[in-house]
Amino acid sequence: MPEKLILEIEGLHVYYGNIHAVKGINIKVPEGKIVTLIGANGAGKTTTLSTIAGLVKARRGKILFEGEDVTNKPAHQIVERGIALVPEGRRIFPNLTVYENLMMGAFNRKDEEDVKKDLEWVFELFPRLKERLSQKGGTLSGGEQQMLAISRALMSRPKLLMMDEPSLGLAPLLVKEVFEVIRVINSQGTSILLVEQNALAALKVSNYGYVLETGNIRLEGPSSELLNNEEVKNAYLGVS
Amino acid sequence: MRMTLPIFLQNLANGILLGGLYALIAIGYSMVYGILRLINFAHGDVFMMGTYFAFYGVTLFLLPWWLAFVVAIIGAGILGFLIDRIAYKPLRNAPRISSLITAIGMSIFLESLAVVIFGGIPKSFAPPRIYPKFFSKMLQIGSVRVQILTFFILGITALLIIFLIWFVYKTKIGMAMRAISTDIATTALMGVNVDLVIGITFAIGSALAGAGGILWAMKYPNVNPYMGFMPGLKAFIAAVIGGIGSIQGAMLGGFLLGMIEIMLVAFLPRFAGYRDIFAFIILIIILMYKPSGILGAKLEEKV
Repeated sequence: MPEKLILEIEGLHVYYGNIHAVKGINIKVPEGKIVTLIGANGAGKTTTLSTIAGLVKARRGKILFEGEDVTNKPAHQIVERGIALVPEGRRIFPNLTVYENLMMGAFNRKDEEDVKKDLEWVFELFPRLKERLSQKGGTLSGGEQQMLAISRALMSRPKLLMMDEPSLGLAPLLVKEVFEVIRVINSQGTSILLVEQNALAALKVSNYGYVLETGNIRLEGPSSELLNNEEVKNAYLGVS
Repeated sequence: MRMTLPIFLQNLANGILLGGLYALIAIGYSMVYGILRLINFAHGDVFMMGTYFAFYGVTLFLLPWWLAFVVAIIGAGILGFLIDRIAYKPLRNAPRISSLITAIGMSIFLESLAVVIFGGIPKSFAPPRIYPKFFSKMLQIGSVRVQILTFFILGITALLIIFLIWFVYKTKIGMAMRAISTDIATTALMGVNVDLVIGITFAIGSALAGAGGILWAMKYPNVNPYMGFMPGLKAFIAAVIGGIGSIQGAMLGGFLLGMIEIMLVAFLPRFAGYRDIFAFIILIIILMYKPSGILGAKLEEKV
C-alpha cells in the first residue's frame, strides 16, 4: 500500500515581483513523517513554506493538503485546516505576554478544555515557558523565544507543522534540544516539514529530504541516502 | 479677572471636559495608526457625520434623544468600517503615501457629501429640541457652579474609555489588534482574519469619534459639515503628544492638550484669541524634541 500523503506540492511556481523564486517544484510529505528541505540561502525554502502557509501567492502549480486543493487560500484558513508555521526568526509578539502569545496560536479553537490540555502538554515540552507566562514575549531570550514560537504553533493543534530554521542563532546545547523536541512532536503523530541550514542535524532527524538550489529541486531521497551522497556531503555537510 | 480657587476649579472642570473629548477622538487616530501606520484624516469627518446622524435621529426620525445618540454612535462605527473597506483595504500593500492621499480625499469627500445632503447652514444642537433641558441646569458644589451636562459628558467619556481598555486588553479581538500592531503577517499565521480585525478597529475608533461628536455638540451646540476639522486636528495633535499608536498615549495627550488650552486662556486671557495656535506650538515642540511622543515607543521602520 502506498503511503498516505498529508501534503503534496505539484509544479509550484512563485514570484516575488519579477524574481522567479520557486521554479516548478514537487514535494511530498507522507503522513506522520518528517521531511526536510535543505539548501543555501536564496534557494527558495522559506518562499515554499510561506506559499503553503498562504502568506505568498503561487503563480502556478498546486498545493494539496489531505487531498484538498488549498493553493492560494488566505493564511487564516490554512491554519484552520491544520497547517501551522513556525516562521523564520521566531516572530513572537513582543508586546504580548507569553500566555497571550500561546493563546494567539489557539485563536480559532473553540474547544477550551482541549486548549487547556494542550497548554499543559506544551509546558511539559518546555517547562521554562510556564515560569514566564506573564512576562512580555519581547523580554525572553532567543532560545526561549524559539520555544515559544514552536509552542505557539502547536497550540493550533496542527496536523502538519512547518518549521523554518528553528535552530538558527541558537547555542549548540539549545540546538540539540530543539531537534529532540522535533522528534518528540513527531512521535506523537504530527507530520513535520522542516527547513534547515543545519543540514546534518536536519537529515539525521528526518525521513526524507529535498535539496533545493535556486528554486529547483536538485536532489531528493531518503535522508539516510542523502547523508551518504557525495554531492550533499561536499556542498551541505561540510565533509570532504 | 483674578484667579480665585472657585474659578480655577471651574477651569479645571472645563479642561478635563475638553481633554476627555480630545481623548475620545485621539484614540481612533492612534488605534488606526498603531495597526496600519496610517493617519486617517477622515476621522474628524466621521466625528461630524456621527453628530449629524444624532441630529437627524431626533429631528427627522423622532427617536428619543438617547436612542438617537446610540444609533448615531453605531452608525459612525459602521461608517468607519465601510471607509476602511472601500478606501483603504484595496491599498493595503500599496506604498503608504497612497493611503495617506486617499485619507485626505476621503475627508474632502465626506465634507462635500455632508454639504450636499445636509446643507451648509449650521444646525442648532441645543436643548430642548435635541436633548432635555435638564442637562443645562447648574449644580452648586461648594462655591463652584457646574452644568449637569459636564458630569454627563465626563461620565460617558469615562465609561467609553473603560470599555475600550477592557476590549483591547481582555478580549480575543483586542489581543489580535495588539498582535497586528507589531506583526500583520504572523498574526494571519495564527488564524486571525486580519482584514476583519482591522475593520473592527476602524469601527470602534469611529464609534468613539461619533460619540465624541455628539458630546461635543451638546457642549458647543452647532452642527455643520466642517465641524470635524479643528477638533480632528487637535485630537491628532493630542495623539502625537501622547505617542501616536498608543491608546494610553492618546488619552494622556487628549487630557493634557485640553487642560493646557483651557488653562492658558484662563491665566492669559489676553491670548484667548490665539487659543488654537497653542496646540500647534505644542505640536512643533513635541516633534522637535520627542517625536515619538510621551508614551510612544521608538518609531521603528518595519522591515
